[in-house]
Parts: sequence; C-alpha cells; structure tokens
Amino acid sequence: MKTDYDVIVVGAGPAGSMTAHHAAKKGARVLMIEKRQEIGSSLRCAEGISRKGLEKAGISIDKRWISAEMKGAKIVSPHGHVFRIDESHAGDEVGLVLERHRFDKYLAERAAKAGTEIRLKTAATGVIKEGKVVKGITGKSFGEPFKLTAGCVVGADGYESQVGRWAGLDTTLKMSDVTSCFQYRLTGIKSEPDFCEFIIGSVAPGGYAWIFPKGGDTANVGMGVLASKLKKPGDVKMYIDKWIRSDPRLSCGQPLEALGAAVSVSPPVEKSIADGILLVGDAARVIDSITGGGIANGCIMGLLAGQVLGDCAQAKDFSEAAMKRYEKLWRDELENKLYRNWMAKEKLITMTDEQLDGVVETLAGCDITEMNVYNILAALKVKMPELVKEFEQYI
Amino acid sequence: MNDWMHVSVEKCMHCGACAGTCPENAVYLQEVVLEFNDSCTRCGRCVKVCPVGAITMGAKRK
Repeated sequence: MKTDYDVIVVGAGPAGSMTAHHAAKKGARVLMIEKRQEIGSSLRCAEGISRKGLEKAGISIDKRWISAEMKGAKIVSPHGHVFRIDESHAGDEVGLVLERHRFDKYLAERAAKAGTEIRLKTAATGVIKEGKVVKGITGKSFGEPFKLTAGCVVGADGYESQVGRWAGLDTTLKMSDVTSCFQYRLTGIKSEPDFCEFIIGSVAPGGYAWIFPKGGDTANVGMGVLASKLKKPGDVKMYIDKWIRSDPRLSCGQPLEALGAAVSVSPPVEKSIADGILLVGDAARVIDSITGGGIANGCIMGLLAGQVLGDCAQAKDFSEAAMKRYEKLWRDELENKLYRNWMAKEKLITMTDEQLDGVVETLAGCDITEMNVYNILAALKVKMPELVKEFEQYI
Repeated sequence: MNDWMHVSVEKCMHCGACAGTCPENAVYLQEVVLEFNDSCTRCGRCVKVCPVGAITMGAKRK
C-alpha cells in the first residue's frame, strides 16, 4: 500500500469528496479516508438543499439522489401565523430534499473516477508535524495503526473537526453557537408532501423544528435547540417528543429512523489553512446560522479547495502562502452571508414568542416571491428596521 | 476512558455532538465507541449538548 500522497482528505462527506474530486482531476495524488464502513451512512442530516447551491458547486441534479422536490416552503410562528410561499421553486434555501446516502456516494464516485483512492473504516488519530508544518497523519485502518505522509492534510471531518485542532487551528465553539438536534424519519403523517415547514418559537428554544418531506406520507421531522438554552441532559429529545405529541398531523406517524446530531451556528473559522493543513465544510464552521444548512457551502468550499490543491500539487508547494488563494476564494463567496446570518441568529434567539408572531405576521403581508434569508431580512429592513439595525450593512 | 465521564451505551446514538463541542478535544468517537482521554477538564459541555442525555459526569472512580 502507498504511504505518500499529495493530498490526504480526512472524511468522505460532500466537502471531502468535492475536494478529492477536483484535486485529483488536476493530477494530484489523492487519498480520501472515511472512519465509517459506508459513505453516506449513518444519516446525520435533515437533507434540505437549494437548487442554486448545487448549481454554484457545479453539481448537476441527478434523480438518483433526489428524495422529493418542493413546491414551496412555510414558516409557522408560535401562535400559528403562517408565512407561506407557493412557488414552483421554494427558493434559495430549500428546494430539494436529498437522499444523502446516495448523494454522498455519488460525490465519492466522482472523486474515485477522477483518480482518488478511498479507504473505509480508516480513521485519523493525529497529525504528524515537523516544527509547525503538517506532514501527514497517524491513524487506524481496520484496527491496524498506520502512518501516512502528505503534502497537505484536508480536515473534512465535519462537526467533530478534530484534524484542525490537532494541527493547531481553532475550531472551538461557544455553547451559544451550537444547536443540539434530534430527528425522526416519520411515516404515516399528514403534513403537506411538497412543502418544507419551519416552526419557530419556544417549541424549540433558540432553534426551530422542521418537517422536510421525503416522498409520500414520510418526512424528516426534527428539531434543533440552542445548547446554551438547554437545562437538563437529554432535553432535546424531550422537546421534540412533546412537539410531535402536540401536533395531530405528526402524532399519528410512526418512526423509521432516529438520529441525534449537533450543528454549529457560528461564524466561520478565523483561519482555515496553515502549512500542510486545510479545512473544508463543517470542519471550517461554514454552516448557515439561520437555516442550519451546510451541504451546499461545504460543496462550494470543496470545489475551491480541490482546484487550489491541484495547482499546489503541480507546483509541489503546500505552504500556507501557496494555499492563501483558497482562503480568499471561499471567504469572497460565503463570508458576508455567513456573518449576516449569524448576527440575525443572535437577534432572533433573544425574541419572545409574541415578537416572533409579529415578525411572521409582517412577512406574510410582504410581497416576497422567493424564500431565502436575504429576501426575508430585506423585507424586515423595510417593515421592522429596528430588528435588523445591528447588521443592516449586510442587507 | 477517563475517571469521571460516564457514557450510557444504551442511550448513546454515536452522533458525535459531544466530540465536536469539547474544547479540549478529549472526546473521540470511533464509529460507535465513545472515548474520553485525560485532557478532559470536566467543563460539562458534552453533557449539555448530548441530544439524548447519554453522558453523565460522576465522582472520580478511583
């Protein structure tokens, strides 16, 4: 087995596969490792994504990994006001519900076709450093310890984000920037089959509850609660069970799957590169703080990272200076929006149920044709300027 | 496993919420096995973020 590569990608999620694909396409010798025994499993995702996000990442839609296409989206306030958009497309934020186990495999397939070597049940346990420069990883493959050297190690290890921290990049989160989540795949429910639904307010303190249809009478029904608002261990499961029991459309359903997860709702990392190390996707904390969506951002970052790493491989230079272009490219594309939505989140989490009722009622009276965070904030800037005062320069 | 943190294998759903929240990188999830090392400072963030309440912080065992 080979022990030296240009690029070693740790984690075979969407951001990892995109990075591997585009680096390999430019001729880099790429290894992608995945600690689990199957790519795309087990699920830790609500699976919503926008058409535009996929487009920006250069991924053409393939029916094989689409679970359901949405006709619209609605936001429901604590006392039942509904902001609803009936459109042929639900807008930027959610237009499609994926089949993640197929989507992730599809992206890994593309990476493999471009020449990436993939090893499963292979985990990194540390990075090898010479001075401050990352030179490779230590790990275990089917229980057997190994050492591999690389020009660049890519941390695509998602929320857990250990590679970055081993290498000295700060990915630590505050408790007010973490949502603890629980989701059921429920079948036999009576919610609308082609509408994504977001329920806000004290039903899910500091977060929201969601219903993302998966075709027929089945949907991903989940909830995220801000960790700083949790009181007792295991509260998230308590909150979601209470909500499902209280909604007759859902309480008639039965679960097919249950999962827990945490989602970062923070600004992106201060620094995503150093000599011989680069972070992509959730590992760089690029999840949108309002929507909790991160797949598209991760894919876009992977695309940019792969292209830059391909060039680095050709020049045989993986220094921080050589990878600086990556940091600039992804920040130009994503950073303002991420900051704006983080600041909007900071505001939203302070609001009472009555105030949130007012916001949703106001939105329902606005002429918004496409549902995305920008359009919502722009409408609020006109109707409720004090609400967005702190970050109006981003709108 | 360190001496203080206890994981209920019956409750744990192997989601990694604790691992990504730990400021010391002291929690490690190898597929379905959760491990704590001695860098743990007992800050309690993992206990809080666990969606199902599988982690408890006890008295030192030895």
